[in-house]
Amino acid sequence: MAWFEAKAEKPKIPPAKALWAICPKCKSHFEKSVWKGANCICPKCNYHGRLSARERIAQIADDGTFSEVFRVVSYSDHLEFHDATGPYKEKVEATIAKTGETESVVMGVCEIGGHAAMLGVMDFSFMGGSLGTGTGERIARACEQAIAERRPLVLFSASGGARMHEGILSLMQMAKTSAAIARLKEAGLPYISVLTDPTTGGVSASYAMLGDINITEPRALIGFAGRRVIENTIHQKLPLDFQSAEYLEKHGFIDRIVERGNLKKFIAKMLNYWGF
Amino acid sequence: MAKKKTAMDCVKLARDPKRPHLKDFIRLICSDFEELHGDRLVNDDRALIGGFATIDGVKALVLGHNKGETVEENMEANFGMANPDGYRKAMRLAKLAEKFHLPVVTFVDTPGAYPGREAEERGQAEAIAKSLEFFSRLATPVVVVVTGEGGSGGALAIAVGDRVLMMENAVYSVISPEGCAGILWRDGKKAPEAAEALKITAHDLKGLGAVDEIIKEPAGGAQKNHELAAANVKKAVLKALASLKEVPADELLEKRYAKLRALGNFY
Repeated sequence: MAWFEAKAEKPKIPPAKALWAICPKCKSHFEKSVWKGANCICPKCNYHGRLSARERIAQIADDGTFSEVFRVVSYSDHLEFHDATGPYKEKVEATIAKTGETESVVMGVCEIGGHAAMLGVMDFSFMGGSLGTGTGERIARACEQAIAERRPLVLFSASGGARMHEGILSLMQMAKTSAAIARLKEAGLPYISVLTDPTTGGVSASYAMLGDINITEPRALIGFAGRRVIENTIHQKLPLDFQSAEYLEKHGFIDRIVERGNLKKFIAKMLNYWGF
Repeated sequence: MAKKKTAMDCVKLARDPKRPHLKDFIRLICSDFEELHGDRLVNDDRALIGGFATIDGVKALVLGHNKGETVEENMEANFGMANPDGYRKAMRLAKLAEKFHLPVVTFVDTPGAYPGREAEERGQAEAIAKSLEFFSRLATPVVVVVTGEGGSGGALAIAVGDRVLMMENAVYSVISPEGCAGILWRDGKKAPEAAEALKITAHDLKGLGAVDEIIKEPAGGAQKNHELAAANVKKAVLKALASLKEVPADELLEKRYAKLRALGNFY
C-alpha cells in the first residue's frame, strides 16, 4: 500500500471518545468505566447523565417483575418522509437495529418497591427520544390498560420533542397522550412524571408536565423552546442555569429533584402515601 | 393552466399580512363581541384574546390568536405568539363557557408559542400541556378554525375540539418549514422542500385525518376578499355548531376522545 493510500485508512486505535466519558455539563473527563461505575452521574458536578430505557427499568422495576407491552407498536412512515440526508425509514430502521428498541418509549407492567405499576421509559438514543405516532400510541394504550387494571402510571421522559419526520400526526400525539392522561387522572389513578435529561419541546408541553407530581434528577435540562431560539428571539444571553431542574423547581414547576439512587424509593413512597 | 400551488405558496398566503385576522373575522362574523381580559394570575396576554359573542343568533365563546393589524398592534400582540398567560386565559374563559352551556369557537393563527425567557419561567410547556388536557375534557362543544398559520404546540393548545375546520390556504405543522429545514437540511433556505415533505396544507391534513373540513377561500386567497372569506368561515362554523348542539356532554367527550385516539394509530 502506498503512503497516500494509507492516509485514508481508518485508525485501528479507537478514538479518545471511546475510552473517555466527558460530562456534558462540566466537561470533566473520566474513564468510561468510572462514569459507568458512578451510574452515569458526574463525580464532579452531580449531573445525572442519560441512561438507556433498559438501564432505567433495571433500576426502577423490582427484579424480574417487568413485562413489556405494546412492543409491536412502532414508527410509521405515512409521509414517506425524505430529507437532505435520506429517507426517514432508513434512519429509523438503523436506530432499531442499533438500539434493539422499536420505539422511543419502552412500556411495561411491573412492581416498584412492591407496588404494581405501569412503567414507561423513554430512550433518548432512539431518534432523540422524539414523540412519534408509535410513542403516542404506546402511551395512550398504557393509560387505558392502567385504568382497566387500576395501576398507577410512572413515566420517565427523555426527549427533544415531537418527531418532525411524522409530520402533523406527531404533533397530534401531544393531544392524544394528554387526553389519555386526563382520563387516567379522572379515574382516580396516580400519574408520576419523571422528567429526565433532556425533556423539551412537544414532550414537555404534553404528558411530561402533566404528572400529579413532576419530579426530576439533578441538573436535568427541561424546557419548551431551545436556548438558542430564545436567545435569538430576545437578543439576550440567558443565565447559565436557565431551564435546569433547579431553575424549574425554583419557578414552581417541579415537585422534587431526586437523586438517581433514591428515585425508586421516592416513587414507592408516594404510591404508598396515596394507597396504591 | 395555472401552475399547481406548492406547500410554500400556501405558507406565503397563510402569512400574508393582508390576510383576514382574528379581529376581521370577529367583526365580519359576529353580530356582537365582548372581550374579557386576563388570566387572573399575572397578565393579560394580547396574543390570545377571547370573549363572548353572537354568531347569527348563536351565543358562543370566541377565542383566538391575535396577530394585530398595525405595527403597534403587532408588537403589542407579539405577532400572535402567546405566552403561558394567554393559554391560561383561554382555559379560564372556556371554563366559563362550559359553566353556562355555551359552545367554544377558536381561531388558530400563530407562528408558535412565544420562545421567551419569561414564557419559560412562567411555564410555557406546562400551560400548553394543561390546555391540551383541559380541552380534551371540556364538556361543551368546541369548534376549531385554522385560519392562517397553525404553528406547532402553540396552535394545538387551542385546537383540540370536536370539529377542526381549516381554510384552504392555511397551513398547520409540527414545526415551521424554516425550522425543519434548519435541522434536517442544515439550511433554512430549504424551507420549500421541508414544507413539501412535512405535508402541511389543508388538503394533506384532511387526508391524514388531522382536519375534518376545508373552508373554500376566494380566488387567489382570503386576502383578496375578506367579506367572502369570512362568510365561508361563518357558514362552516354555524354548520359545525348545529351538528354538535344536541349531542349530550358525555357522548361529546367520548367522541372527542375517539377522534384524538384515532390519530396516528396504525395498529
